[in-house]
Amino acid sequence: MKEAENNPIVSLIASIVSPFIMLFGLYVIFHGHYSPGGGFQGGTLLAASIILIRLAHSSHTGQLQFPAKLGTPLGSLGVLIYYGTGLAALWWGGQFLNYAFLPLAEEISLRRSWGILLVEIGVGLAVMAILVSIFDDLLEEEDHD
Amino acid sequence: MKDQRLKIVNYSLLLIFLALLIYASLGLSPRGDLNSWVNREESAAHSPNAATYYIRHAYHDTHSPNMVTAILADYRGYDTLGEETVILTAGIICFLLLRRERRKTKNSKNKEIKAEK
Repeated sequence: MKEAENNPIVSLIASIVSPFIMLFGLYVIFHGHYSPGGGFQGGTLLAASIILIRLAHSSHTGQLQFPAKLGTPLGSLGVLIYYGTGLAALWWGGQFLNYAFLPLAEEISLRRSWGILLVEIGVGLAVMAILVSIFDDLLEEEDHD
Repeated sequence: MKDQRLKIVNYSLLLIFLALLIYASLGLSPRGDLNSWVNREESAAHSPNAATYYIRHAYHDTHSPNMVTAILADYRGYDTLGEETVILTAGIICFLLLRRERRKTKNSKNKEIKAEK
């Protein structure tokens, strides 16, 4: 594919809107307890903000923001956070993924709340990185030619 | 000609699927109906229903007012773990399949060019 000419209006609007989408994605992840939301939805929003920059600017600018190499490692890190939370509960004497045994707070219900937050962060990270990496895989040829 | 026939088949299949979905949705119990099997405390086989337990204990157990998150990440943690693994697998498979094929096509193109020379 030939390099598309950068439309200044599109790039400007994308640059303005993208940080707000990212902020909203973070809000959705971290407020998953209290309002509708969670890791999957928040991760998708984060990925949308990154892909928006890639679409509106040249692929080089998008690579500066989030390098394509980072996709698979960050996705694996997200999954590892999830497994790590489960294994940490196992380490402190509980069952796998039983957040009540994580030494994060005094109250058991609060411990579960923190455990859910950790897990949601892992899910959000994995979903964001994997979505961006699939987008990069599909467009890889166009970057090189 | 063939394209048009395919289009007709496509749209008729979509319409049939829509009719099927509407027919299936007619079988759902109305929302908030206390007498439907979904909302009873015991299932048809006289075993306790999970939904009522979640509604009663979710906030007390997990200190999070969002019941959906509590169920997804805590009660059904294994399920979400599996989902995340599936997403990672999909990403890795995209990575492997697409990049490998690209390399092959590029190599074959190079070979063709060399053969022409």
